[in-house]
Amino acid sequence: MGNDMKETKYMNPYLAGFLLGLLLLMTIYISGRGLGASGAIKSFTVAAVESIAPAHTSSTKFYQEYAKEHQGTSPLMNWLVFEVIGVVIGAFLSGLISDRLDLKFEKGPNATNRARWIGAIIGGILWGVGSQLGRGCTSGAALSGMAVMSTGGILTMMAIFAGAYAFAFFFRKLWI
Amino acid sequence: MVGVMAFVHFGLLDINLVYINPTFLWSAIVGGLIMGLGFVLGGFCPGTSVCAAAIGKIDAMIFIFGSFFGVLIFAEGYPAFESLYKAANLGNPRIFQTLNISENVFAFLTVFVALVAFYFVSLIEKKVNKEEVSFFKLNKQNVLMACFGCLLLILSLTMTDRKSFFLKLVEDENFVKNYPLEEMTPDELAFRLTCQKCEQLRIIDLRNAEEYNKWSLPNSTLFTVDNLFEKEPNLFLKLKRTKRVFVADDEMTERKAAIMALKMGYKEIKILKGGLDNFTKEILQFEPIKEPKTIDEQYRNRFRTKAKIEIAELIKNNKPQGPVEKKQKRALGGC
Repeated sequence: MGNDMKETKYMNPYLAGFLLGLLLLMTIYISGRGLGASGAIKSFTVAAVESIAPAHTSSTKFYQEYAKEHQGTSPLMNWLVFEVIGVVIGAFLSGLISDRLDLKFEKGPNATNRARWIGAIIGGILWGVGSQLGRGCTSGAALSGMAVMSTGGILTMMAIFAGAYAFAFFFRKLWI
Repeated sequence: MVGVMAFVHFGLLDINLVYINPTFLWSAIVGGLIMGLGFVLGGFCPGTSVCAAAIGKIDAMIFIFGSFFGVLIFAEGYPAFESLYKAANLGNPRIFQTLNISENVFAFLTVFVALVAFYFVSLIEKKVNKEEVSFFKLNKQNVLMACFGCLLLILSLTMTDRKSFFLKLVEDENFVKNYPLEEMTPDELAFRLTCQKCEQLRIIDLRNAEEYNKWSLPNSTLFTVDNLFEKEPNLFLKLKRTKRVFVADDEMTERKAAIMALKMGYKEIKILKGGLDNFTKEILQFEPIKEPKTIDEQYRNRFRTKAKIEIAELIKNNKPQGPVEKKQKRALGGC
């Protein structure tokens, strides 16, 4: 993200955004749906719980509703799961080309390691819960929803950014 | 958004088949705010965390672990979330319908606001980072992108959308009347209907549903002009090794639809000469010519008398297939 200044130059963010838009357009053209990310995380979670505790999933409402929506196929046989696998490969290749591959723990200059990993895990949890409520994350709801001008998607996007701006001040120490 | 609009405008995309995220008012807002807080704390969104983890960022991996946990919390605590999750279901409205403004106005405002915001944000960034993140620089890339946008705008303004283009094309009665189309005479249709070994024939019935249900020819499908522009019904016009004949009460309706179909690139399309009105008169209500003089008239008497009975039988036994099956299934999307 923007806070690490490296020797290798990043692509102009506006150009990257434009290219992402073209990708999204092609996705909609080819498959009739937009991009996503949190859906894959949901699929992985459901699959994991299903394999660890099958009795639990068949008796709990959330998993029942999930199974009903996805008509008997394995949660991993999902468009988004394959898409995210592609994202991982693509990101890895991109990192390889621009020489940005290394195991590294990144944080703001004034944040402690502890604060960073607690922040990351709580942030992750909040995204997990939030993306379920919002029926998608920045990719599935905001980006894709905006592309097809869905009221819900645009609303979610505005709420995400409103939330981020509203809370940014209180957690600024993490980043600057 | 603009790209999707352009694709729809030029008939490349059937928006009815595209997934539109549903709107659940409160859950969208609360979920969004939670995600906003997660943004500030975690520094990623799910998409960027996956990318960052792929190039070895450990903090991103921790973030992903957290998000699995978050989904788990939601799943296990679902009874507590459910009322909020399902409250205020507004269906799948699109923003311009909700705001009751035109699609174009909304798109224009969005692009305008975005450009202004990008400009000011880049100013702020320049100040804070003391680093050039050019948004407004006149370099090759930006000029190219701007040109692309302008081209799209000009094309959309000067070209009508695909459907109106075709509908306008067939407004001119003279053009429609004189357009060279392959015609099928009532006798040929009668022959093909009663012939077992002939090439497959598909009858595309353009009358309204009421008339169609009253009586229809075997192997016929109810079809509307709107169907021409939809994706699933179109597959039906593409079937190979079949001839298609457009039928309606009058020939003009047949001609209009057939011209549009041909212009769209469909092949093997014929029209029934004189329409079904003529077919009914000539074949179904055929009265033999008294004292046939020529051999032609004798043949005609023989053929049509036989065909009249056979086709009447076929129509009686034919169960209307109903409208062309519209599997207008939207793609399933969302997270």
